[in-house]
Amino acid sequence: MHSLELTVNGRSYQTTVTLKTTLLEVLRDKLFITSPKVGCNSGDCGTCSVLIDDKLVRSCITNALSTQGKEITTVEGLSKPGHLHPLQEAFHEKYGAQCGFCTPGMILAAKALLDENPKPSRKDVREALSGNLCRCAGYGKIVDSVMAAAEQMGQAKN
Amino acid sequence: MKKRGIGIGASLYPTGMSGGGDSSQAQVKVQPDGTVVLTTGACDIGEGCKTVLAQMAAEVLGINYEQVKVINDNTDNCPLSFGTFASRVTYVDGKATVDAAEKARDILFEVAGQMLEANPGDMEAVDGKISVKGSPDRSLPIGEVAGAATFGMRKLVVGLGHYMREPSAPDPETGEIDPFCTLAWAAVLAEVEVDTETGEVDLLRLVCSYDVGTAINPLLTEGQIEGGGAMSIGAALSEELYPNYPSLEQAPTNLGDYAIPTTMDIPDIEAVIHECPSTNGPFGAKGIGEMTANTPAPAIINAIHDAVGVWIMTLPATPERVLRALDEKGGA
Repeated sequence: MHSLELTVNGRSYQTTVTLKTTLLEVLRDKLFITSPKVGCNSGDCGTCSVLIDDKLVRSCITNALSTQGKEITTVEGLSKPGHLHPLQEAFHEKYGAQCGFCTPGMILAAKALLDENPKPSRKDVREALSGNLCRCAGYGKIVDSVMAAAEQMGQAKN
Repeated sequence: MKKRGIGIGASLYPTGMSGGGDSSQAQVKVQPDGTVVLTTGACDIGEGCKTVLAQMAAEVLGINYEQVKVINDNTDNCPLSFGTFASRVTYVDGKATVDAAEKARDILFEVAGQMLEANPGDMEAVDGKISVKGSPDRSLPIGEVAGAATFGMRKLVVGLGHYMREPSAPDPETGEIDPFCTLAWAAVLAEVEVDTETGEVDLLRLVCSYDVGTAINPLLTEGQIEGGGAMSIGAALSEELYPNYPSLEQAPTNLGDYAIPTTMDIPDIEAVIHECPSTNGPFGAKGIGEMTANTPAPAIINAIHDAVGVWIMTLPATPERVLRALDEKGGA
């Protein structure tokens, strides 16, 4: 067993892992942070997506020890008490979540996009979300949600 | 060369199971404060039945749907629902919910009748109040009525509802049969661009029009139409269940091999809701869950034929199948 220290959503954690433990296993099974989902568990579907130092990664194929000392953000870390993140607001307003299983990953992929490109086109959004599969909603309303959030965040800045 | 084509798919789809035994039950309990607890066995797999059933109970009781709490979390505590399949929940569980809500409302009418010295048959439930029809000044908030029932009259304001369609046997003389709760109808238009050199099919536009009866919740209805459309696009163009070579060992085992459409494969699906209320559904509703995934694929295959003149008879229309069909025909 090896000692792992990491920060998740601004809080420091210390735990022990094996050489084979994934970041997803640490988040869900050790820290009980369950918004990253176990989907395909092989890096294909994107529902386990988290941000490591603001970069989008698939936690199911990320070795836990490789995140030593890193800052992890899950969708729980986006909202503040009483205040949802504009992306969460927009997904709610525009019905971007249908069954909700892909939603945490979608929102984090969208956040990674908007951090880099605050004024994306619909095509930019589609490209940025192309690694995150949705099986029930058909993507249109998800793209609508991200576009609405981008506009909202742009107005808030001005 | 890239060639464009347009195709249409049309379908009809029955709601619920024919043949009898397709049963759903519901319980509606009006709490002493006037809020409502709906207990149902209907399982929400993302289509939104918790919202839709709450809307129906609220409509019957004349309250806002936010005041309805839906419990559907386990089969031990909840009334039975035959299940979330066969496009049946909005219709069958909806009818059970309406039945339960009406029975709870009858108890409220009886209690309010005593309180207002009026005939229970002359009451209505509107805007959170139980009123004497035509005399809006003679009314009581629903919470006051439920409170008086609970704390004054030893009455439990609970309605138990049920729906199960009678099986229909064919008429021995004519063969006529009426097996379905109701029928929904659909027409889908697809526009594709086929690359005759690579065999790739690009879906440019998909317009999906469904006769939904009454759209109990239009936003959720659109969600079903778009989601089913996405599944159908996968079935038409990329999702291969069996391998190209005759061995199950080579079947796809992960989402890299079994290609579910991504954001890059699905255009903005245009959902068109056509409302033609069913005569017997709850508030005129029909079920469209499954047919949304059935109708677009034939439209896409027809569009490919319109574009390059070949019929793809095995789904999905992969580049290989399109190219082989073009070869057989001797070019586009």
